[in-house]
Amino acid sequence: MTGTQAPVTAAAGSAPDRGGEGRPGRGKALRYIAGRLLTSLLSLVAVMFTAFFLFRILPGDPVRAMTEGRSVSVEQMEELRRQFGLDKPLPQQFVDYCLGLLRFDLGVSYQYRVPVVELIADRLWPTVLLSGTGTLLAALLGLWLGTRSAWRRGSVSDRVNSGVALTLWSVPTFWFGLILIVLLASGADLFPTGGMMTPGTTGAVAVTLDVAHHMVLPVATMVAVLYAQYLMIMRSSLLDEMGGDYLVTARAKGLRDALVLRRHAVPNALLPAVTLIFLNIGLVASGAILVETVFSWPGLGTLFYEALSVPDLPLVQALFIFFSAAVILMNLVADLVYPLLDPRVRS
Amino acid sequence: MSTTEPAATPEPRPAPRSPGPVDGPEGATASPRRLARQRRRRALARFWRDYRANRAGLFGLAGLALFVLVALAAPWLVQPADLSVTRAPGLPYQPPSLDYPLGTDNFGRSVLDLVIWGSRVSLLVGFLATLVSVTLGALIGIIAGHFGGATGTVLMRVTDWFLVLPTLVLAIALATVLSRSVFTIILAIGVTAWPTTARLVRAQTLAVEARPYIERARALGGGHLHIMMRHVLPNVMPLVLAQTTLLVASSIIMESTLAFLGLGDPTTVSWGGVLQDARNAGAVSSGVWWYLLPPGLAIALVALSFTLCGRALEGVLNPRLRDRS
Amino acid sequence: MNYLEVNDLTVTYRTQGGPLPAVRGVDLTVEPGSKLGIAGESGCGKSTVALALLRLLPKSAVLGGRVLLDGEDVLTMKWGRLRAVRWAGASIVFQGAMHALNAVHRIGDQIAEPILLHGGVTRAEAARRAGELLEQVGLPAARAAAYPHELSGGQRQRVMIAMALACEPRLIVADEPTTALDVMIQAQILRLIDRLIGDHGISMVMISHDLSVLADTCDRLAVMYAGRVVEEGPAAEVFAAPRHPYGQALGAAFPRIGDPASRRNPRGLPGDPPDPAALPSGCSFRPRCGVAEERCAHVDPTLWPAGPGRRAACVRVLDGTVEAPAARTAPETAVEETR
Repeated sequence: MTGTQAPVTAAAGSAPDRGGEGRPGRGKALRYIAGRLLTSLLSLVAVMFTAFFLFRILPGDPVRAMTEGRSVSVEQMEELRRQFGLDKPLPQQFVDYCLGLLRFDLGVSYQYRVPVVELIADRLWPTVLLSGTGTLLAALLGLWLGTRSAWRRGSVSDRVNSGVALTLWSVPTFWFGLILIVLLASGADLFPTGGMMTPGTTGAVAVTLDVAHHMVLPVATMVAVLYAQYLMIMRSSLLDEMGGDYLVTARAKGLRDALVLRRHAVPNALLPAVTLIFLNIGLVASGAILVETVFSWPGLGTLFYEALSVPDLPLVQALFIFFSAAVILMNLVADLVYPLLDPRVRS
Repeated sequence: MSTTEPAATPEPRPAPRSPGPVDGPEGATASPRRLARQRRRRALARFWRDYRANRAGLFGLAGLALFVLVALAAPWLVQPADLSVTRAPGLPYQPPSLDYPLGTDNFGRSVLDLVIWGSRVSLLVGFLATLVSVTLGALIGIIAGHFGGATGTVLMRVTDWFLVLPTLVLAIALATVLSRSVFTIILAIGVTAWPTTARLVRAQTLAVEARPYIERARALGGGHLHIMMRHVLPNVMPLVLAQTTLLVASSIIMESTLAFLGLGDPTTVSWGGVLQDARNAGAVSSGVWWYLLPPGLAIALVALSFTLCGRALEGVLNPRLRDRS
Repeated sequence: MNYLEVNDLTVTYRTQGGPLPAVRGVDLTVEPGSKLGIAGESGCGKSTVALALLRLLPKSAVLGGRVLLDGEDVLTMKWGRLRAVRWAGASIVFQGAMHALNAVHRIGDQIAEPILLHGGVTRAEAARRAGELLEQVGLPAARAAAYPHELSGGQRQRVMIAMALACEPRLIVADEPTTALDVMIQAQILRLIDRLIGDHGISMVMISHDLSVLADTCDRLAVMYAGRVVEEGPAAEVFAAPRHPYGQALGAAFPRIGDPASRRNPRGLPGDPPDPAALPSGCSFRPRCGVAEERCAHVDPTLWPAGPGRRAACVRVLDGTVEAPAARTAPETAVEETR
């Protein structure tokens, strides 16, 4: 955490055994972790059920949905049904589906005719790179501006900050991306209009620079849409802390305002903010789909978009499960990290 | 209290000031119905005074009124025939001019007409999807809060779980597997957006039911339905209203997003759909900014208006938040 | 020379509804090594006075008068000098140590923080000092690694006291140091404060709504009402024979500890403290005074001499018509009763 003092008490441990009470037992911590893991597992199972319901039961006839608008003979449809295992009774289908999931077998893409797991593995890293960078920058920007806004609540800079954030939050992601392309890529020609790399680039440095160049606009779009949320969270979280008596204590000790903020107010305000940020990570998945689509970024979002327009139901289903699982995983991480940050929860 | 209807009359600040049940000696003689009406009118006046103090909220309200008026007046402002792709009135890709204040699209249709007409679907979907999700959320929240126990736990588990699911992904999945129509979009948004409302309502329900007069209503033989409809709902409504306003904003953004991804009804004109057409027609690479700018600005302005209203409402109804804005 | 001298201190909050006078001309003096008690109901301005001594009030507060700390006026100090004076010249023991301590820092770090800031020592040295201070207040030095929530209420208050002693200030302001504690612990903490103050020769301003506690601990006593001192004098005398009707009511109150009602409204005293935005004409205590007369509506009494070393703000004191009620039980036994 920023500004948290390094423990100066290490040297003070003259009587090592006396201060030990009140520390969490190891068993308790393990039970907490086990509980969180179980909850996440249950959520995953629920995702599995939902996916089955969404893509096998809700559409009525998935094959008809996929081949709609194309000239496909009755025999071909029968063949497709057999291929996807849709000719079997539903309970049997469900069992096959569950067994497949246990082996990380999410079926075969209708469009590409390869296992969807391979497709996902191919496209995973560009998405992680883009969303990771975007989220990190958005969180840092949001936390920083939110802190400034709360500290100078009601000032011009607070009002401008909050106003800009709210406005950007109201703007649809994809449209913001389109406008950036029109202004800076196809218009001013400063950045590429899409993709991740100029074909034919070689050499580690050249490739890195090229990818970074391609990333500027998509990351900017993502940050613009995401940071508002973080700003608002941090702002209200810090405002909740501002009335805290411990801040009067800190000022009474003779700390300058900047230190009171950094060392005392911010660490307290960060705790709820960090949790909410992790909980909002679902936004990242949504953001990624739109940003990647607009910038033709070769990641999972673009894959999802392409799968939608077919529609390639096995692929859509697999990505649905994947995105949901990613969010569940992030929540689990938040649950496990939080006690490390907040001493009050630790015991 | 028996005269308080579960209508959406915003009765601000339920907890601290409102005097609770209006009976007792003077209530019995001076027609409780009239007393309640007076009280509600006073509450409304106070509410408006508080709301008016929020300048951003007034801007939001004005923007909202403007867009609703435009949507309602659209049939008189635009000739539906002018929106036909095949018999478009102008030439393709005309920059803004006197005839076409916002230029024309790739078919020669007026972009201004498209934006005006698009407001109808955007607002309709925004409102109806919100209605679906708020109804669902309020229902589940009240039931979970009122009954507690196993019912409440199960309902909140389901809610939490929906809360975790990435909303857009779920909405996309629903819109993909169902047939393309406005109804599907409404359903997809409504079904995915309710959990926040449910949580809010449940918390509020628990707070309301802890008050003494609920205990008394129960002792007097009020059934579950009576307590939920007559006592809890009127007290929960104000905050739900604020939440609703905020939800409309995100529903409108969500609608445009789904339409942009090609999941909307291809036969209707909506802002997201116009942007999808523009992108598919190559407006981005050829820099036809007048085709891209207006629909997006319209979405942003409507969403911002609703957000500002919602935050202002929240501020008025939840005094703890008021000091913050 | 007095270590602390407060002259005509005024604190006015700027609010939307106009200025709100919270402190209206308070004079206080604390000699080196002596202990001054300030008593009064909640909202009488006593905590505002405490925070004003180090200029810790929010920005909306406008301060007037003089606060001389060791001859220097705190109210006109430059920020840098003010920060240097804070904690090193005078420190504060806040009420409600749970909230006055930072929940996410170890208590050892919190005690060491002002030492590092003012002392110019190494971290290790500051940590050693923090351990010593903890032992002085009766906690094992190893508890330095604990977080506030791992301690009991009494232990937290001990930490607050250790923290207040950290920079060896010459004055400690104790703002309701025992309010949030149960009776047994209260007595322990009071004895601890008394002992440490005596050992170090520190002056103290102790603020409380509990007259008996102050009479037990302090040398002199000031009773505040509606932002003013209405009675002042040697602690034992003010407690045993108050001259001002409010002092009498407050003394009769014997608030039951931990009972919020007795804190807001001393027994036998009807009504609430006046709204600072709409003070009554004349004597501000008049509406609640049992012996108010017609002239009290016109005269706003200031502190008049009321016996040797004593002052009180009541027209009856000026006349000499006031008679001290029969001397009550000595403070020591009175405190025993409340315990």
